[in-house]
Amino acid sequence: MRVLDFILRRLFTALFVLVGVSVITFFLSRVIPNDAAALYIGPKARTEDIERVRKQLGLDKPLPVQYAVYMGELLRGDLGNSISTKRPVTQEITERLPATLELLFAGMIIAVLVGVPLGVLSARWQGSPMDVFVRMISIVGVSMPAFYLGLLMQIAFFRHLDLLPLAGRVDSDLRFISPIQPITNFFLLDSFLTLNWVAFKDIFLHLILPASTLAAYPIGLIARMTRAAMLEVLGQDYIRTAQAYGIRQVVITYMYALKNAISPTLTVIGLTIAYALTGTFFVEVIFNWPGLGLFTVRSLLNVDYPAIMGVTLFGAGGYVLINMIVDLMQAWIDPRIRLK
Amino acid sequence: MTTTVATDLLPAQRTSRHVLNVIARDPLALISTIVIILFMLLAVFAPIIAPYPEQGQGRTNASDTMLAPSTKYLLGTDRLGRDILSRIIYGARPALIVPMGVVLFAVLIGAPLGALAGYKGGWVDEVIMRVTDLFLAFPSLLLAMAITASIGRGLDKAAIALIVSWWPWYTRIARGVAVSLKEQYFVEAAQATGVSDAVIILRHILPNTMSPILVQATVDLGTVILAMGGLAFIGLGTQPPAPDWGLMISEGRTFILDQWWISTFPGIAIFIVVLAFNLLGDTLRDIFDPRQYK
Repeated sequence: MRVLDFILRRLFTALFVLVGVSVITFFLSRVIPNDAAALYIGPKARTEDIERVRKQLGLDKPLPVQYAVYMGELLRGDLGNSISTKRPVTQEITERLPATLELLFAGMIIAVLVGVPLGVLSARWQGSPMDVFVRMISIVGVSMPAFYLGLLMQIAFFRHLDLLPLAGRVDSDLRFISPIQPITNFFLLDSFLTLNWVAFKDIFLHLILPASTLAAYPIGLIARMTRAAMLEVLGQDYIRTAQAYGIRQVVITYMYALKNAISPTLTVIGLTIAYALTGTFFVEVIFNWPGLGLFTVRSLLNVDYPAIMGVTLFGAGGYVLINMIVDLMQAWIDPRIRLK
Repeated sequence: MTTTVATDLLPAQRTSRHVLNVIARDPLALISTIVIILFMLLAVFAPIIAPYPEQGQGRTNASDTMLAPSTKYLLGTDRLGRDILSRIIYGARPALIVPMGVVLFAVLIGAPLGALAGYKGGWVDEVIMRVTDLFLAFPSLLLAMAITASIGRGLDKAAIALIVSWWPWYTRIARGVAVSLKEQYFVEAAQATGVSDAVIILRHILPNTMSPILVQATVDLGTVILAMGGLAFIGLGTQPPAPDWGLMISEGRTFILDQWWISTFPGIAIFIVVLAFNLLGDTLRDIFDPRQYK
């Protein structure tokens, strides 16, 4: 029963935060600008169009009524039309989402696969050259701007080594050679499902540089957090008992210690997804990746107001959701949290 | 951004002299401090230090476009013939000094609110902390971008946007310290002698929140510099022809494969400064993290 309690309470908090997020975006989009209607319809609008939009958004009415109108639109999934593409923002977002999620997943997988082992090794050999090396890697990872690292990657792996493609999600010739049949719009998955190995290889190669660039910051954070968590666990009595029993250190480190160190690491992984989310803006610009980040940056530069506010709301909503999932997963892994 | 800072230590136990001692004994922290001070000096004395001050501020130089590094232009020139070194020196102002201002204002807004929430408790605490939670529900950079969409782009607007997205972190820390201080004898003594709440918060609570907040601010500065550079890179921060490291990287991006120096040197500048703040922040965190002292 207490588990259900915990889940319900967590869902309720998330709901409360989401309502709050809508209040903040409401203020940003309708209240703070001098003339929200003019922003909503774009720079080329005529005066009567602006008046029409003002009526439509209810900007002449009191704030609570305006918020009700805004909420009504949100609940219907209506984020307005993009000024530059004239299409519904919701549609623009959902179409581009798979590309960004594919990049984000790939980046996070790299970050976890590299970051967690680095943190474990660093803690296991605390004070050794290995430890120093890992700490340097993690501090360089969090100090390197993604928008700079991406360029360095391009210089190294495209210009000098000529190993990987410069930018984009697929080679432009691919649609003639071996076109992808979209199922999920996660191209890597689609080409795998349709056994299209030519496409799979091409997509995979295109994914390596952007995903690695995106992973740099999370690797730093995850390695550091895993190290700290592992050090705390390795210092505990039950580990010493296990050592006294003569259980091999590898087993102790990876089976007994890591299990208990994973919970704080999970929190950090959740947190890093947020960094990675904003990281995709830069990575997508540099690698010309046709996802949500590139769309956001273009919208920001074109002052495509409905699009910007739509993406903000969507991003914040996604972030709240991720945090909730991380909390629930933590409770599932660590009974101390859900039984508190 | 997790706040593993001391909440049970009083500043008397960790004086500024103690901090200076630790920094002096840790070579990495010492070098970092020197690097940060050097870059700050570059920013302040840019007109004297920069080899080509006018170009640093934006004047074009059509006869020398896109030259590779040489003795005349140590770090080369950009698309408009401007000396990259001079622009990096001038660019330290928006890229380094402005983020410092951002963190300062975020602390000035966040810390008093947190101290008030922690000391007062009850509904004041509830209201302040729930509002804080709402701001923290956004990824900071996304919120900052949305704000620049509402209020416009430019260095000043980007700075405001970042202040609005950053203050809640300091509210959280200050509240944590205030809650633990509320029960201490010196606060109770002040209450007993009839000192007003405002004075207690200002004179007794707030100064004691400063050490953990300073540590967090140092650690955050690297992140804020990256965020500020990111906004400039996208085109929402400093506007051309003004110099800014993030903007310079973006301007050189098109030529990165052949005229590599245009983006590379400003990138190195950001990296070094952020690295310095992160290394220094690490050392400071070690001093103030009570768990490491037991």
